[in-house]
Amino acid sequence: MVQDLGYLKETASQTAGPYVHIGLTPNFGGIAGVYERDLGSSMVNDETLGERITVTGRVIDGAGAPLKDAVIEIWQADATGLYNSPSEMRGAADPNFTGWGRCPTSAEDGTFAFETIKPGRIPFKDGRLMAPHISVWVVARGINIGLHTRLYFPDEGTANAEDPLLQRIEHRHRAETLVAGGQAPNYVFDIHLQGEKETVFLDI
Amino acid sequence: MSNTENRRPETGAFFQRDRDWHPPAFAPGYKTSVLRSPQKALLSLDNTISEITGPVFGHSILGELDNDLIYNFAKAGESAIGERIIVHGRVLDERGRAVPGALLEFWQANAGGRYRHKKESYLAALDPNFGGCGRTITDEDGRYCFRTIRPGAYPWPNGVNDWRPAHIHFSIFGHGFAQRLITQMYFEGDPMIWKCPIVGTIPDRRAIEQLIAPLDWASTIPMDARAYKFDIVLRGRRSTFFENRPEGN
Repeated sequence: MVQDLGYLKETASQTAGPYVHIGLTPNFGGIAGVYERDLGSSMVNDETLGERITVTGRVIDGAGAPLKDAVIEIWQADATGLYNSPSEMRGAADPNFTGWGRCPTSAEDGTFAFETIKPGRIPFKDGRLMAPHISVWVVARGINIGLHTRLYFPDEGTANAEDPLLQRIEHRHRAETLVAGGQAPNYVFDIHLQGEKETVFLDI
Repeated sequence: MSNTENRRPETGAFFQRDRDWHPPAFAPGYKTSVLRSPQKALLSLDNTISEITGPVFGHSILGELDNDLIYNFAKAGESAIGERIIVHGRVLDERGRAVPGALLEFWQANAGGRYRHKKESYLAALDPNFGGCGRTITDEDGRYCFRTIRPGAYPWPNGVNDWRPAHIHFSIFGHGFAQRLITQMYFEGDPMIWKCPIVGTIPDRRAIEQLIAPLDWASTIPMDARAYKFDIVLRGRRSTFFENRPEGN
């Protein structure tokens, strides 16, 4: 026998279920008066630095239908490429930008929408710069463990071409699933859970 | 958002997720997963700054009753109907270290198994004094607690006669976006647990047992509320032995 390494096991994930709004966006879900506003519903204020953008999109299942009960969270750097996080060691991020947003998909047409700013570039582990990107996390009924992906920008062709993550996608046409459509300042990012247009999801 | 701990923040990459421990995306016993599961392999990526960092929330976001579901939706002088319980525990990482400043959000059905949600049509009645949502932030030792009523089981359209065991949904933020986790807590001794297709998405029985909160008699408040203890483990951070980090290992 040898010593036990002594690590604990991570708590297993379970689906967020169809009533995720009760917990994460109760005001959206029709439960008023418990929280003043839904957390993550606003990422910017009048003082936020950087180029204002909107990101809208849908999450689409394997039969082509948009999910009307998903919740999307995004996490991104500020306009200079710094994160508003205690683990950010490179400097202080814009105090007027949270970097984190949360939005449920609409019960009518399944769209989500974020008002944010375009993020700056961030170094990869080896110092190469990554292209501007937004980290995206999707939960919903039927999704047993939250899905991570990234949104890149269609007007950053040069930066995208040298991005270490995009370069690692073996089937080159699949890299396009991470590049938003639309044009500045209104980007569109549809997330395909399954099938021919399946979005690249990450094990991070 | 603020840094709630005095000690130096950790900046290492997270341990890889054990995806044989978590439920797979495709678990056909849970029917909705069939069309909502990616079919292609995930792209593996050792953490960059984008994954190592994450939002951290200060206690200032919390209202006085945010962790009290018996009263946070109730009319003045009234309270939710059901078995009064305390749910408490610690948030730890895989190295056994406390995770302070972690935001926990939870939601649940009422005592009869009815959710306050417009898409919910189960014929059990709503409780006019129960909303079903709460949140709290762990203290310096990673501890949290909230008060609620024990939720009821409820039927759902999966198989002809599927019922969810009594459960409370948890959403947890650690310190990095890669730690983001949503799970469900079950109650000790509930025979429904082992019949549930959603529980059954988890392949390893030990991983299921980790989601079952034991009755915590020691913490039960006499003549008031019983207690259940539910510890949550988030991904740990790798020590960055050979990355040029001033704070060392």
